[in-house]
Amino acid sequence: MLTLAVCMLAPLAGSSPIRLRQVFDSSIPFTDNVDAQIFFIARLPRVLAAALVGCGLALAGVVFQALLRNPLASPDTLGVSAGASLGAMLAITLHADFSIVGVSAVPLASFAGSLGALVIVYGLSAARRRGTTTTVLLLAGVTLTALLSAVVRFVQFMADFTETFQTTRWLMGSLDVASYPPLAAALAPLTLATVGIAALPRVLDLISVGAESAAARGVNVEASERLALVSASLATGAAVSLAGPVAFVGIIVPHMVRLVVGADHRLVVPAAGLFGAAFLVVCDLVARTVLAPVELPVGIITAIIGGPFFLWLLFRRA
Amino acid sequence: MATLPARVKRRFIVVCGAVLVLASTGTPAQPRDPATSAPQRIVSFVPAATEMLFAIGAGSRLVGVSAYDRFPPEVTKIPDVGGLLDPSVERVLSLKPDLVVIYRSQADLEQQLTRAGLPLYTYVHRDLADVARTMRSLGERVGEAAAGEREARRLEAGLSAVRRRVAGLPRPKTLLVLGRQPKTLRQILASGGYGFLHDLLDLAGGADVWSAVKRESVEMSTEMVLSQAPEVIIELHYGREFQPGELEAERRVWDTLGAVPAVRNGRVHLLVGDEFVVPGPRIVAAAERLARTLHPPMAP
Repeated sequence: MLTLAVCMLAPLAGSSPIRLRQVFDSSIPFTDNVDAQIFFIARLPRVLAAALVGCGLALAGVVFQALLRNPLASPDTLGVSAGASLGAMLAITLHADFSIVGVSAVPLASFAGSLGALVIVYGLSAARRRGTTTTVLLLAGVTLTALLSAVVRFVQFMADFTETFQTTRWLMGSLDVASYPPLAAALAPLTLATVGIAALPRVLDLISVGAESAAARGVNVEASERLALVSASLATGAAVSLAGPVAFVGIIVPHMVRLVVGADHRLVVPAAGLFGAAFLVVCDLVARTVLAPVELPVGIITAIIGGPFFLWLLFRRA
Repeated sequence: MATLPARVKRRFIVVCGAVLVLASTGTPAQPRDPATSAPQRIVSFVPAATEMLFAIGAGSRLVGVSAYDRFPPEVTKIPDVGGLLDPSVERVLSLKPDLVVIYRSQADLEQQLTRAGLPLYTYVHRDLADVARTMRSLGERVGEAAAGEREARRLEAGLSAVRRRVAGLPRPKTLLVLGRQPKTLRQILASGGYGFLHDLLDLAGGADVWSAVKRESVEMSTEMVLSQAPEVIIELHYGREFQPGELEAERRVWDTLGAVPAVRNGRVHLLVGDEFVVPGPRIVAAAERLARTLHPPMAP
C-alpha cells in the first residue's frame, strides 16, 4: 500500500513545478508540452527505476544475509556489484558503441559483468564439494570483490581525464534513466529473480538457522542455495546495471524490515521488496527536491536518511 | 638459485647508485637565484601552460610535458611525465629541469619537488581573465616578459573582438554541456555560472542557463533540462577523434526532449576540439567558434 502510494505521488513532486492538468491535456501536442515531457520522460521512468532498483537490492540483501548467515552480507558481498561496475567501466573507457533494443552499451556491459561475476561465484560454490561451509563462499565473494575492484581502479587509472570523471560519476549511482527501454530490460532479470526468491522463504528460514537442520527437515540444501544465489545475483546485476551501485539499500533495508515484521522470511521477503522500493523512491524524491533546482546523487541521500532511521529503529527496540 | 643473492646484491647497488644520482640532481651544482636566471629546462604538467610557453617562444626549452598534452603537435615528441593524478617524480627528476609547472592541487608533487630543490611555478586557473594573467606571469618567470605581454595583449584583443561582434545581438538562453554518458541523456554535466567556460560562453553572446549557480559545473537530470528550457544547447566533445556518424548519433540523443526549444528548433550543436578545455592561447579560437555557433548569420 505504502509502496503504491509513494509511487503514485512521487512523480508529482520534483525540482521544478508542473501543472498536472497540463500533463494530461491532450489538446497540446506532446512534443510541445513541457509539463507532460517532464512527467513522462523525466520523472516517471525515474520513479519506476527507483522502485525496481530498491526492490531488487532489498530482496538480494535479504537472500544473501540468510544464505550466508551474516548480518553484514549485502548485494555487494559476492562480487556481483563489482562485476557490474567493471563492465560499466570498460564500456565507458573503451567507448563501447553498441545498443540492443534501445539500451545503451554501458548498462549492457554492466549486466554482462555482473553475470560474469555470478558465473565465477557459482562455479566456486559448485566446485566446493563437501559440506556447506558458507564461510568459504563468503570469503570467495569478498576476495572476488577485492580483485574486481582492483581491476576497476586499474581501468580508471589508465583512462583519460574525461573518462575517469564519467566512471567516477557512474560509481556514485544515478536513477535518472531518461527513457523506458532500460527499465524494460532490467525488468526481465528482476522478474526472474523475484520468482526465484518468492519460492524460497521457508527454505531461507531453515538455512538461516543452519544447513544441517535444514537438511534434516528434508530440504535439498544445495539446490536451494544455488537457486537463492542465482536469483539474488540476477536481481543485483539488474539493479546495478540500471542505476549504478546505490549504497545502503541492500544491506540496511532487510534489517529495517526484520526489526518491524520479525524474522519470518514469508513476511520479510515481500516486505523487504516493497519497502526497498518505497524507500528508494522517497530517497530519490528528496535527492531531486532538497537542493532544487540542483539535484543530488541518490546514494548520498539513502545513507543520510536511512542511517539515522535505522539507528532509531535499532535503539528503540533495545 | 645460487646466483640469486649476487643478482639481488647487484640490483641493490644499481638502485643505490640511482638514488645517489637522483639525490645529487636535487641540489644544483652551482647555487643560483631562480628568479633572475631564465630557466632552460622546463617541465610542464599543465597543457595550458605548455601552449603558452610555445606561444611566447619558450617551447623549445620544454623537456617534459604532461600525459594530457596534445598541442602544438611538437609536444608529442617531448617526454611524458605523467598526468594530474599520477605525476612521475622520478621522471621529472631524471630530466633535471630548472623549472617545473604544476597545478596548485598537486600538493604531494609540490612537496616532493620542493624537497628536491626544484624551482616551481604553481598554476592556478579560475576564470577567463586568469588566462592572460598567467601568460604574463609565466612570461616573466621564464625570462620572456615582453613576449608574454605581447601574447597576453593579442589574446585580450582577440577576445574583445569577439565580444564586440556579438554586442547588441540577442543572447539566447544557452546550456553548455561538458559531458554525459554516451548514447543517453544520463549524467549530463553542464557548465555552471563560474569558471572560464562560463565566461567564454558569456563573452560569445550566450546567456548561460546556470549563471545563478556559482559553481564550475552542475549535474543535470532530464527534468532540469526540460524546466530550464534552453534555446541553444552546445555540447563540447574533446580528448579524442570522433567519427562524423558518431557525432550525429550523439546529437540525435537529444531528440527525446522535444519540448526543449533548442531541440525543437534544431539548435543542438556539438563542437569538437581540445581548445574548449585548455585555457591557453587557443581560447580565442574557442570563443570565435562559440560565437559563430550562437549567432550563425555571422559565419564568414
